[in-house]
Amino acid sequence: MRRRVVFKQKLLPYLLLAPQVAITLVFFYWPAAQAVWYSTRREDPFGLRSQFVGLENFITVLEDPSYINSLTTTAIFSLAVAVLAIVPALLLAVMADRVVRAATVYKTILLSPYAVAPAIAGVLWLFLFAPGIGVVAYVLQFLGIDWNFVLRGEQAMLLVIIASAWKQISYNFLFFLAGLQSIPKSLIEAAAIDGAGEGRRFWDVVFPLLSPTTFFLLVVNVVYAFFDTFGIIHAVTQGGPAKATEILVYKVWYDGVMALDLGGSSAQSVILMGIVIALTAIQFRYVERKVHY
Amino acid sequence: MADVRLRNVRKSYGDTEVIHGVDCEIADGEFVVVVGPSGCGKSTLLRMVAGLEEITKGEIAIGGRVVNDIEPKDRDIAMVFQNYALYPHMSVFDNMAYGLKIRGVPRSEIEARVEKAANILQLKPLLERKPRQLSGGQRQRVAMGRAIVRDPQVFLFDEPLSNLDAKLRVQMRVEIKRLQQDLGTTSIYVTHDQVEAMTLADRLVVMNAGVAEQVGPPIEVYERPETVFVAGFIGSPAMNFLPAIATENGLSVGEARFRAAQRLEPGRNVTVGVRPEHLELDPASPTLRVRAELVEALGADTIVHGTLAGAPLLARLPGTQRVVAGDEVPLRCAPEHLHVFDGATGKRI
Ligand SMILES: Nc1ncnc2c1ncn2[C@@H]1O[C@H](COP(=O)(O)OP(=O)(O)OP(=O)(O)O)[C@@H](O)[C@H]1O
Ligand SMILES: [Mg+2]
Repeated sequence: MRRRVVFKQKLLPYLLLAPQVAITLVFFYWPAAQAVWYSTRREDPFGLRSQFVGLENFITVLEDPSYINSLTTTAIFSLAVAVLAIVPALLLAVMADRVVRAATVYKTILLSPYAVAPAIAGVLWLFLFAPGIGVVAYVLQFLGIDWNFVLRGEQAMLLVIIASAWKQISYNFLFFLAGLQSIPKSLIEAAAIDGAGEGRRFWDVVFPLLSPTTFFLLVVNVVYAFFDTFGIIHAVTQGGPAKATEILVYKVWYDGVMALDLGGSSAQSVILMGIVIALTAIQFRYVERKVHY
Repeated sequence: MADVRLRNVRKSYGDTEVIHGVDCEIADGEFVVVVGPSGCGKSTLLRMVAGLEEITKGEIAIGGRVVNDIEPKDRDIAMVFQNYALYPHMSVFDNMAYGLKIRGVPRSEIEARVEKAANILQLKPLLERKPRQLSGGQRQRVAMGRAIVRDPQVFLFDEPLSNLDAKLRVQMRVEIKRLQQDLGTTSIYVTHDQVEAMTLADRLVVMNAGVAEQVGPPIEVYERPETVFVAGFIGSPAMNFLPAIATENGLSVGEARFRAAQRLEPGRNVTVGVRPEHLELDPASPTLRVRAELVEALGADTIVHGTLAGAPLLARLPGTQRVVAGDEVPLRCAPEHLHVFDGATGKRI
């Protein structure tokens, strides 16, 4: 039986909780509330007065073709990042699971990208791919590919996708490896005796057992692509060329900070908040229902 | 159906050898039980037959075909694991059908075979369930079912009953025995439980520290154990071992004198083994007298604990006896029930 901790003083537990609550309030609820507040108001050109406009900001945002454009970009971007971060991670984890000697070294190397800050990861990839100076850009030119992501939108998109996915592979790798190692070895052996070859063992036994992990990672990676890739995009493309890589969170920042459209930007962040809450809710429901054992 | 032949089978992990050359011929349809204490290499041996562990040295042949370099799936064997190893995401039906599906058996035949196995094992109402919705005993049956639908050449069992409670274990033991008799499939069964070993086996392989110390029918192993280890491992309560010295006309254990069945050179140091059940009360002409230190009355028999020549001695007397702690108990043992082992090597003389 688990014993409950009982505090003699009534105040102590609240005091102990206070720092955590304060941080959440100051850095999450307060800005969130502010966003909701501003999303219903319009500022005058000098930012001195504002007036209540109801849902007008939301309507403007949703009718704006550039917002719809950004929404599509975000959808493509986040799905591509998620897939590109999950598939190689799974592959690497399957291989790492088999490594017996020097396993720790191998894992440490695979985990290091996760420790790199997004902006630095962006700069790293920027250097590799920069037309004129980058090594990879040079090789691509040499192979006859007209590589110039500064001018070509689809190339810019590809680059930020790769840079963002690269960083996330380590994280996914760790989860997949843990997932793989929690599958009892005798299950794989039973399948081997049942006659399943390597490939069938993976698809019939291992992969289904990893599916809760995979789904969890899908959601986490989509959320990551939605928000945490700001640094990468800012360092590599600044949303360009011609807004080709302007994902929603970048647009929020650009419209609010650069274009000073506080109302519109706030409406956008409220919508974003809604998307995350929805994603998280889906995840919780799915994960609860789909665990096999 | 097939026979299994092990020839000087060895296994090393790195530099440590854990199986030191096991020889065994298992006839077609025979039920062989490998028994031994934990860590003696039973599972390793079984897994080498299954193809889950590489054979470091020696040769294993199934049905006359050397399988050293053959994949588990091509050995035509089925294995029941200690933790059952059921696929948690598949229904009971799919668990049993999986091996057949992979082998490309037509759907109608799969259904027929699974149904037949389910009938034998009383799994019919459970076919749609997932393993986590089953009790331990039911899971055990599904694992058995998965093995029998494949109709393999050899069944391999690795302590399949050790996760069940005592009562269920007895029940499943009987079921396994009956099943194997009906199917007539060659079986190798690993356990550390000697009752399981005695009751199931056509032949026993008693292992100790990577060596097969004795191979033979259970009763033979019981009646003529080849080593002190086997003698002590098979039989419950365990055999009494007493340090003894050979004399002109028998053996002397402290004060007690035994007549021996065979003649030994006088002065030789030996170990005498006596099974508790072979000590009888004999007030008229006792060969030894033991002070009862503890008496356990079990109803069916009475177990008397004592000490002789510095070694603990147990006697298992039939029925209820009028013996209490502190009594001097006069005992006798027939010479044919004395087991004499070399004092140094522990081998039977
Ligand atoms: N992968 C391994 N690497 C090194 N040693 C091993 C390995 N697997 C098993 N061993 C050793 O081999 C010996 C035999 O192990 P095994 O699992 O066959 O024992 P067992 O008789 O089945 O015991 P138990 O009744 O506990 O299951 C043990 O001493 C064990 O430590
Ligand atoms: Mg074992």
